[in-house]
Amino acid sequence: MMYNVKVDVSLKEGMLNPEASTIERSLALLGYEVKETKTSETITFEMEDENENSAREKVDDMCQKLLCNPIIHNYEITIEEVDCKN
Amino acid sequence: MAIGIIRFPGSNCDRDVYKAIELAGGEAEYIWWNNEDLTNYDGIVIPGGFSYGDYLRAGAIASNTPVINGVKALVKEEKPVLGICNGAQILGEIGLVPGLFITNEVPKFNCEWVDLKVSTNRTPFTKNFDKNQTIKVPIAHGEGRFYSQEDIDTLKDQEQIVLQFEGKNPNGSIEGVTAICDESGLVCAMMPHPERASEKILGSNDGLEFFKGMLDII
Repeated sequence: MMYNVKVDVSLKEGMLNPEASTIERSLALLGYEVKETKTSETITFEMEDENENSAREKVDDMCQKLLCNPIIHNYEITIEEVDCKN
Repeated sequence: MAIGIIRFPGSNCDRDVYKAIELAGGEAEYIWWNNEDLTNYDGIVIPGGFSYGDYLRAGAIASNTPVINGVKALVKEEKPVLGICNGAQILGEIGLVPGLFITNEVPKFNCEWVDLKVSTNRTPFTKNFDKNQTIKVPIAHGEGRFYSQEDIDTLKDQEQIVLQFEGKNPNGSIEGVTAICDESGLVCAMMPHPERASEKILGSNDGLEFFKGMLDII
């Protein structure tokens, strides 16, 4: 089966996010007062596997080994089967 | 026997480190990232730069290359390993030292001379300094803010904090920590560039002692 995989990588709660605070300051310069600005990274790819569980296990492994650093990051994995009819 | 200098695509302080090791009276050799057997080397320096374009996170991709297995094997043999700047980020990523070096508090690339306090001289790299001595070495990084989940007091008690910024904290590191070592003291990750302070004409030669100290124990 072919799967669409999406991994959202964000900084753990409470961690300083210099990119987000810079964006927030810049928005303030444009007159937009916002708060709790956060940034995250999304990585998407396609992969083939026997079933969704097996794919999820592999993607989790990828997150632990490369895509994230568990010391500072949280991650969320979304897996959807590619609809071959389209 | 020589000190190996690891080269990744994007390393750019490799030649400076080579020169500094020569100035310190040692012999150096370059090692390419796909070399896994490092048994011919007495010590390793992972130099600064932007390995693999710093994609994903600084040091993340370099941490998954074959040469890192060789580095881990040398660490088991109690050989000294020094990671400088990008090299420090890599040592943090592979977990050979506690903590990580992440985006500066103010996210700009910070290139300047700084005063550093030698917090411990039990490592080979700092053994030629007095404890609490102030030295002058430049920094050049955008991702050098030391962050650790481990209790900072425990790291202090175990003398794992090697260098701290003095006078000011240019990147928001916890307690100004900018070099950290493992429990043995033989693996050290430092954000400042000792090779750029290896001759008086450069502004300081304090950095040369890091390499002399490393050579002394091999």
